[in-house]
Amino acid sequence: MLNRTLAPESKQVDEINFIEPLKQQLDNGIPVFTINAGKQELVRIEFIFENVNWDQNKPLQAVTVSHLINNGTAKLTAKDIAEKVDYYGAFLQTEYGADQSSVKVYTLNKHLGAVLPILQAILNESVFPQQELDIYVQNQKQSLQVSLQKNDFLARKHFAHAIFGDSSYGSNINAADYEAIQQADLLSYFKAAYKPENCTIIVAGKFEQPEFDLLNGVLGKAWNNNDKSVVNKFEFTKGTAGEILIEKPEAIQSAIRMGGLAITRKHKDFPGFQVMNCLLGGYFGSRLMANIREDKGYTYGIGSAIVSLKDAGYFFIATEVGVEVCNNTLIEIEKEIDLLKSELVSEAELNLVRNYMLGSMLGSLENAFSHADKFKNAYFSGLDYTYYDNYIETVKTISPEDLKQLANQYLNTADFTKVIVGKK
Amino acid sequence: MVDFNRFTLANGLRVLVHEDDTTPMAVLNILYDVGARDEEQDKTGFAHLFEHLMFGGSVNIPSYDEPLQRVGGENNAFTSNDITNYYITLPATNLETAFWLESDRMLSLAFSEKSLETQRNVVCEEFKQRYLNQPYGDVWLKLRPLAYKEHPYRWATIGQDLKQIEEAKMEDVKAFFKKHYHPQNAIMVVGGNVKTEEVKALAEKWFAAIPAGEPIERNLPVEPKQTEARVETVVAEVPLNAIYMAFQMPDRADKNYQVYDLMSDILSQGQSSRLYNSLLKEQQLFSDIHAYLTGSIDQGLFIVEGKLVEGVTMEAAEAAIWKELNAIATEEVTVDELTKVKNKSESIIVFAEMSLLDKAMNLAYYELLGDANMLNREIDKYHEVTSSRILEVAKQTFVKEQSSILYYLTAQDA
Repeated sequence: MLNRTLAPESKQVDEINFIEPLKQQLDNGIPVFTINAGKQELVRIEFIFENVNWDQNKPLQAVTVSHLINNGTAKLTAKDIAEKVDYYGAFLQTEYGADQSSVKVYTLNKHLGAVLPILQAILNESVFPQQELDIYVQNQKQSLQVSLQKNDFLARKHFAHAIFGDSSYGSNINAADYEAIQQADLLSYFKAAYKPENCTIIVAGKFEQPEFDLLNGVLGKAWNNNDKSVVNKFEFTKGTAGEILIEKPEAIQSAIRMGGLAITRKHKDFPGFQVMNCLLGGYFGSRLMANIREDKGYTYGIGSAIVSLKDAGYFFIATEVGVEVCNNTLIEIEKEIDLLKSELVSEAELNLVRNYMLGSMLGSLENAFSHADKFKNAYFSGLDYTYYDNYIETVKTISPEDLKQLANQYLNTADFTKVIVGKK
Repeated sequence: MVDFNRFTLANGLRVLVHEDDTTPMAVLNILYDVGARDEEQDKTGFAHLFEHLMFGGSVNIPSYDEPLQRVGGENNAFTSNDITNYYITLPATNLETAFWLESDRMLSLAFSEKSLETQRNVVCEEFKQRYLNQPYGDVWLKLRPLAYKEHPYRWATIGQDLKQIEEAKMEDVKAFFKKHYHPQNAIMVVGGNVKTEEVKALAEKWFAAIPAGEPIERNLPVEPKQTEARVETVVAEVPLNAIYMAFQMPDRADKNYQVYDLMSDILSQGQSSRLYNSLLKEQQLFSDIHAYLTGSIDQGLFIVEGKLVEGVTMEAAEAAIWKELNAIATEEVTVDELTKVKNKSESIIVFAEMSLLDKAMNLAYYELLGDANMLNREIDKYHEVTSSRILEVAKQTFVKEQSSILYYLTAQDA
């Protein structure tokens, strides 16, 4: 007779295999890192550019260039570009991140040869037509109006500004910033940032020598842009501690976001911090979820995270709760943090978190794309694969004492910025 | 191409296995053939509330999540108007834990009052977070009852109002479980670094003893063909005027489903699409415009929705949408335009094969539709679409008398 009360035997994940990329170089010097894996005949190619020349009076320069780079070249209109990309079933995406901007294309291998020249045109000959800029500004302003009615959006925005001020990590964008965007500023940013010496290419999918040769043939020659640039560099001191309450009398839920500056991936404590974060609010079974959702039913979800940017790390807890339980939620969050600081985590709970995190790491290496993403995380933090060895070792061996010590060192709620949007 | 093997247990549980040795992980996906369309109209939101209760402990296992996380696994679930789908991903070496957990909750739940109480609250907060405390959050709560008069698609998965969820009782929970959660009403897909023989043995071991349950005869009202235009106006504290247009379309198995899908791509897929170029870029009437299908198993809806640029009148905006719909209903699309959307569909299908979980979910869903093999034939159906079929279908669809339109107006303009 089957005993259903007993869990089947299980094993801790002991082997996690990372696929390290092959490093090559285009003739013009752009480094190309390739994860050649997978059965499907497809590939993702990312052109990644460091964000440069930060000017706090023009906070939307880089993000607008990123948005409009596929909106017209000397020879092609925005529609021509879109038609060509779509015709080959490819996806062209531009992405603006805190530290880098990227232009990436997803395509079936059979269309690679047709798609690359479009990228070449975009990366060299974009002109940022005034007409396209006007439409962009109008629509972004409208979209901002909608976002500003969302409590969680407001909480994110005010939190970021409180800890990162007017840097690119925290700038408090409003409608006037959109109106101030000038076409000339876009062109000058484009000329400074989108050039080979500021570019890294990451490839994932089916990509062998013939594909590399194709890429080199189209994008390995000299590029048009070559203006001077300085890669963004920020320094932060402790942000504004204390509470920011944005009252919304009609709210039925309040958005809460609290936390502060923390450490980056380069810091020796980072993997330990990740384990501590996981315990507190980093997975479905975390203490915050168990208490505030699963026991009290105050919210649909609550979580915490540690985020590593190039020049700063930060930690936050975020949730949306019924307005009538907002204060109770704040009290329960404090309680959970105090508990981490005052009591040792049990072996049973810690083992669960270890196994969960190892399984999660294994599961996050699903395909060529995710292997490439792992490489990027390390590479753009100035680290190599020993970072992951160290991470795995820490997850397996960190002690309850270490975690308690980390909580005391890093989770000082008196220094936290606490943003509440809604009612309390 | 997603390969699979298939077998059925004596109690009626259908099992599909997709072997993929490129990953060290495994997925176990169980689709229950029950969704919001199976609810009674005074107990809406129940299928979804029930999904939450499935995590509140089963007859022999007090906690569902904890033992799974302990072996490095993760899980989640979703409820739609048609189905409730549960999935686990975990290291393949620990696959048996997934069988243990899923089989026990198919056998029976713990039915704890505490869990019911908590999840009622959690779902009410979810209702507020997604539908009430967001600008335009309640659109589907308004649009569904406008577009459907008979079929239970007239309510959203979350339910008609908070009150019905607050009133859910334990006896309802038990009856719902007995009726819908049994082997005959489920499809299981196991994928990843697994072998079919191993899955067979585990399925027999953990699921074979579960009673088959009573077959369910689904007898849903058919939505009658609409003959009069329907219009509703909502005024709310939102910053922009918006329009939502719904047109009746056939069910998922209909031979023209792919025609509708390609039509929505022609109108709205990517920056080369018609609505984007004409209405957003050239005429600058909308700051946001989309066309898509609800994709439901029974008769669906073809939706066009957009947010108006400030200062544009609703009349002008709506007229411009109709002009585009009339264009697709009167002029054949060109070869290039058709090739473009077919190529895009092909890409989307191939890219979906990058994700083990997507493959497992798709196999389960197509098996529910009638045969998992249809997943691999889907691309052919897209390739077979002709411009004359698009013309014909557009003509039948984009008719004023078959439209339901929701004007969502900002309080400042009202």
